[in-house]
Amino acid sequence: MLDDFMWRATLAGLFVALAAAPLGCFVVWRRMAYFGDATAHAAILGVALALVFNLSMFAGVLMVALTMASCVTLLSGRGYAMDTLLGVMAHSALAIGLVAVSFISGVRIDLSAYLFGDILAVGKDDLWVIGGGTLMVLTLLGWRWSALLTATLSDELAHASGIQPRREQLVLTLSLAVVVAVALKVVGVLLIAALLIIPAATARPFCRTPEMMALVAAGIAALAVTSGLKAAYLFDTPTGPTIVTLAAGFFLLSTIAMQGVRYLR
Amino acid sequence: MPQPITPSAPLLRACQLNVRIGGKPILEDIHLALHREEIVTLIGPNGSGKSTLVKALVGAIKPTSGRVEIDADLRIGYVPQRLHLDPTLPITVSRFMNLPRRHRREDVHQALSNAGVETLHNAAMSQLSGGQLQRVLLARALINRPDILILDEATQGLDHRGIADFYQKIEEVRQSYRCAILMVSHDLHVVMRTADHVLCLNGRICCEGKPERVASSPDYQALFGEQTAQMLALYRHHHEEVADAG
Repeated sequence: MLDDFMWRATLAGLFVALAAAPLGCFVVWRRMAYFGDATAHAAILGVALALVFNLSMFAGVLMVALTMASCVTLLSGRGYAMDTLLGVMAHSALAIGLVAVSFISGVRIDLSAYLFGDILAVGKDDLWVIGGGTLMVLTLLGWRWSALLTATLSDELAHASGIQPRREQLVLTLSLAVVVAVALKVVGVLLIAALLIIPAATARPFCRTPEMMALVAAGIAALAVTSGLKAAYLFDTPTGPTIVTLAAGFFLLSTIAMQGVRYLR
Repeated sequence: MPQPITPSAPLLRACQLNVRIGGKPILEDIHLALHREEIVTLIGPNGSGKSTLVKALVGAIKPTSGRVEIDADLRIGYVPQRLHLDPTLPITVSRFMNLPRRHRREDVHQALSNAGVETLHNAAMSQLSGGQLQRVLLARALINRPDILILDEATQGLDHRGIADFYQKIEEVRQSYRCAILMVSHDLHVVMRTADHVLCLNGRICCEGKPERVASSPDYQALFGEQTAQMLALYRHHHEEVADAG
């Protein structure tokens, strides 16, 4: 089964969808969308480092994504408006990464594979890494779920319950870096944030509890991945963007449905 | 239930508390003690450090020097100033009550009903009115059966009726839970009626004592000006009425 590239692609896509959806909910709830973007864009710098030092792609990207996410966390609340800071860092990281990659001589690399993903080229080894990363993120989020949720609702309530909001922030930072590292192969640096945010935003109108929203978001992400793969195969379109396009379509439907329900009431 | 605590030992004590934020002194030399079944109220103008003091007491801010002594066995219930609920986060009252730890159904129901909102069990938090939300926050603070209840301007944004009802609930809570209560308040007239001890804060404690004593102190009147004179008149009037009735 794993010898078929289509099966490998489907599994890789499902793994990433499963990890990205619940994390994406926190990204939406805590208004960290730009933060996700900045971390993802920095990944291209990780690609360059991995190529230069002959590291595994996963390690290079994870390292840079972690550094980026920690920098943003540390710098926040030090005088710059958060959106300005993230705007500077997200695009600088992307630009510096692209420049760094162009310096690497000898290897001709297909940049678009890193920018938009290359899910059909997922190998067995990649699958292990992606599966392991997903398992790690889900374990981390599951373990800290209640504390994360409390800290998301209110810093002060968290403190009063003996929870350190900054430590929980670290859990999210780490999870984000891992998701970026595993999603690179699937949708590429430019579209990772979409996979985080769109399923969560699509799920919101149909849910009454945070847990429900995480589950529905995971379902929507999984649906976008499987149908996106199929559509890309049928219409011969790039896979990563097709997955995100379908997710965007689901979001549109959900928004229209929500407006319709509100109108009928 | 055994109550080993002697009446004179405070449940919470702050000694020589100093807090500086960004080099700027926010709180200086704060001493404070809170006893069982006592209501202590913090008043002071905006920016006088009331919220900072509360945060230091619940551990959300580390004091620059001095210390806060609370027995580790004591349970603290905390009602924040308000809750900014992001509309993208769906959550029901019952889920909120079970954060971060799950509680037994009966306990949740009991806390909600003590706060007067037992019918809201399944409501979405985002649909609550300001008064309902404050009561749900109070219920959540009550669920652990706290020894100390801390409220940070919990009636902000409520109308007169809502404020009066809320304080009525607080008085009931003190009696049924036998807890010590520390609250920050802007509602001077309510403070004067409900508090046992008033701390008037302006970076440091500028006066403290029984409500009537604080109200007549020149420091207090300098801080609150015009409003005070009226409040004091109102307070005396109220008390004379009570005296007449008795």
